[in-house]
Amino acid sequence: MTPPPLVVIAATLVVLLGLATMLTWVERRLLGLWQDRYGPNRVGPGGLFQAVADGIKILFKQDWIPPFADRPVFVLAPAIGMMTVLLAFGVIPVTALWSIAGDLNVGLLFVFATMGLGVYSVVLAGWASNSKYALLGGMRAAAQMISYEVFMGLSTLGVVMTTGSFSLRDIVQAQAGLWFVIPQCLGFVVFLMAGIAETHRLPFDLPEGENELGAGFHTEYSGMKFGMFFLSEYAGIVLVSALVTTLYLGGWQGPVLPPALWFAAKTGALVCLFILLRAALPRPRYDQLMALGWKILLPLSLLNIVATGAVLLLRAPG
Amino acid sequence: MSVAAPPRPADARDATMLAQISNAVPPIVLAVERTRDEVPTVWIARENLHGAMARLRQPEADLRMLFDLTAIDERQRTHRADQPPSAFTLVYHLLSFAGPGDELRLKVPLGADSPHAPTISDLWPNANWYEREVWDLFGIVFDGHPFLRRILTPPTWTGHPLRKDHYARATEMPPYSLTEDQEFAEQEALRFDPAQWGMKRHSAHSDFMFLNLGPNHPSVHGVFRIVLQLDGERIVDAVPDIGFHHRGAEKMGERQSWHSFIPYTDRVDYLGGVMNNFPYVMAVEKLAGISVPDRAQMIRVMLAELFRIASHLVFYGTMTQDVGQLSPVFYMFSDRERVFEIIEAICGFRMHPAWFRIGGVAMDLPRGWDGLVRAFLDYLPRRLDEYDKMVMRNGIFRARTRGVGAYTVREAVEWGVTGPGLRACGLEWDYRRQAPYACYDQLEFDIPTAANGDCHDRVVVHIAEIRQSLRIIRQCVDNMPAGPIKADHPLTTPPPRARTMHDIETLIHHFLNVSWGPVIPAGEARACVEATKGLNSYHLVSDGGTMSYRTRIRTPSFPHLQMIPLISRGTMIADLIAIIGSIDFVMADVDR
Repeated sequence: MTPPPLVVIAATLVVLLGLATMLTWVERRLLGLWQDRYGPNRVGPGGLFQAVADGIKILFKQDWIPPFADRPVFVLAPAIGMMTVLLAFGVIPVTALWSIAGDLNVGLLFVFATMGLGVYSVVLAGWASNSKYALLGGMRAAAQMISYEVFMGLSTLGVVMTTGSFSLRDIVQAQAGLWFVIPQCLGFVVFLMAGIAETHRLPFDLPEGENELGAGFHTEYSGMKFGMFFLSEYAGIVLVSALVTTLYLGGWQGPVLPPALWFAAKTGALVCLFILLRAALPRPRYDQLMALGWKILLPLSLLNIVATGAVLLLRAPG
Repeated sequence: MSVAAPPRPADARDATMLAQISNAVPPIVLAVERTRDEVPTVWIARENLHGAMARLRQPEADLRMLFDLTAIDERQRTHRADQPPSAFTLVYHLLSFAGPGDELRLKVPLGADSPHAPTISDLWPNANWYEREVWDLFGIVFDGHPFLRRILTPPTWTGHPLRKDHYARATEMPPYSLTEDQEFAEQEALRFDPAQWGMKRHSAHSDFMFLNLGPNHPSVHGVFRIVLQLDGERIVDAVPDIGFHHRGAEKMGERQSWHSFIPYTDRVDYLGGVMNNFPYVMAVEKLAGISVPDRAQMIRVMLAELFRIASHLVFYGTMTQDVGQLSPVFYMFSDRERVFEIIEAICGFRMHPAWFRIGGVAMDLPRGWDGLVRAFLDYLPRRLDEYDKMVMRNGIFRARTRGVGAYTVREAVEWGVTGPGLRACGLEWDYRRQAPYACYDQLEFDIPTAANGDCHDRVVVHIAEIRQSLRIIRQCVDNMPAGPIKADHPLTTPPPRARTMHDIETLIHHFLNVSWGPVIPAGEARACVEATKGLNSYHLVSDGGTMSYRTRIRTPSFPHLQMIPLISRGTMIADLIAIIGSIDFVMADVDR
């Protein structure tokens, strides 16, 4: 028996948002661990309820919109960001039998489509704030996310060619013998970097670039509208990690443990990798970031497609 | 009451310097002044100022820097032996990098009514800010100056604070209140007008964006504003705006006793701690003719070097943070905490110990100090090796800092750059070596240099200096002499009291020196140290009183900030942040 759609939607919202909220705590504790300090450890066991306390605080903050901002767009922008990330989760297969919105035969394309829409959130926020720092952040975001989407798409083509399907479930099932991270290692690296850029996390957090732009595109946001950007960033990390797991790390597959647990473990490890990168690396300059994308990642992903195609043709019977 | 210090004997070097200036400009020397420091001082008339400066500036004159430019309001001064009469005196201090500590002081007498002098900002670009400062604080007009506006006080200020007739304390004023209209007017006055600076609002192809970076911005290291003229993200021009941290430290010097001003110096370069006490007490000691015992000298050097390490660690951490690396700053701050543990054990304070005294230091070293210091000396090098791996060998860090914000030795000298920023261009010049003070002449250390003068090299030099400071401290620990920690001299603070209960003469001296503070003999002296960020010098004028007549604090960060437009034109915003980080300044050191 399948539960009614409204229940599924509500459950998804609660679980994903809860996950994103807890992730803020996980990140701060891990950063603390790596940086010789404690991180939040006072509220609840090990500081576990810090995220809840932050959530309550941010919900009760004054909902202030700067008088110089473009009101409707200013309010709409964080909602778009949240919505697109949550939509993309719909097609991620957690186990062979279960994904939130069922298996879509163009699942991968659907994910890219929603992530592409996510750019609007950042650009509109930067534009509607009517502030110079926000505008610069929005401009950086537009250039960065649009270019990195190109390589992100191209880098997954190898996987699609090997599987012969855009369905995420088929892709996982095709990795029964060997995870795609081995044959598609080039694509894996490019996809991971593009994924970091897509979620604008350090070292690719130029749209926010706090040392340069204050807070970048969300400089003028406060209260829950800022909270939405914050949570959608963390939900974005989970999404990209889940995608990498699905596309390259064999999804739910693994011995002994139940499939859902394997999926969660792989995704969790990748999330930690995201946080570790943030703790370790400095931020490249804007033009260096673009050069890396167009001069290195693009040729690499094209090379990957050519190589995959050649191998497939050689192996093809007859 | 006052104890006369013997006049300083003229040495051979002075004679050659004086001969040089006299030969260059024979008829114009009004007087030769004998100050209590080692700097030859010559008075020349206003009409001859620009010509004399132009000759001294000539390229064959071997890298001569305009080290300082300031003024003295002479109208209430009584002791003025061998000085021509003047209401205001301009003081130009030149420093040549050719030989060991070749310095020269030029003084120009000005009248009381609308004092003015020709600008020399066409000769030395760093004169621009110095002349604005003198105009702001003394009301001396510089004819031909390109932009003579207020620099340290707000644009709405009235009066010139360092004049003797300007009030020195808030209690001399009616209570201050700020109405809404006034607040609005103050804010309007801060609005940037590109036309004022001769900046265009658009080029042939694009409109420029004017971005107000600061005074509240995470990466400007304090209250510092830079207005950027941007074409996209590329910087067309930049206008640094300072003065938000101005607290009038120099004016306070005129209202504090010689002794009670020491804690104020701590807060000038607030990362430098006792490094700031150092030039101040040395200048007072020169005025009073006190010679400091060996043990006190060595303790001073050791603490100053510990503070150099603490300051450089902050620099290293914040610099990496400015290029986006989150973690190193935490490691470096916890290392700095270990430095503070030692400093706290010795001084009882952490950041601002105010621990040097006129004639020595406040207390002897506590039992077990050497164990603490040795443990730290063994600890830090390993950490520095780790940071090299994490930061200096990181490809992104190198890409962000190499070739960014570079300047040459000549540019550095023209703009008044000293300290690690100068050595990063390749000039092996360190005041501790060129004009050794305290006991630096007995210590072995290298002067780290680099070649390119860019952000990367400035970091390299800072790190190497940490290692050299460790080396100096180790020598101090190994060779700490025994003996008194304060000179046996009635003008030291607090005065010696061992014999106060035995003879009435000592009792009287002690009573007066504690209640009034010491009376320092009239005269002028200046002392300079290689501080954490460059050359820090105090020029003190005593009129034979319990307080300084004029306290001039020459700080390194002031000229360093003035250079920002030169090295940031054509770069991107992110580069500017790296440049600001690599300059190593604190705003209190700029605004005083």
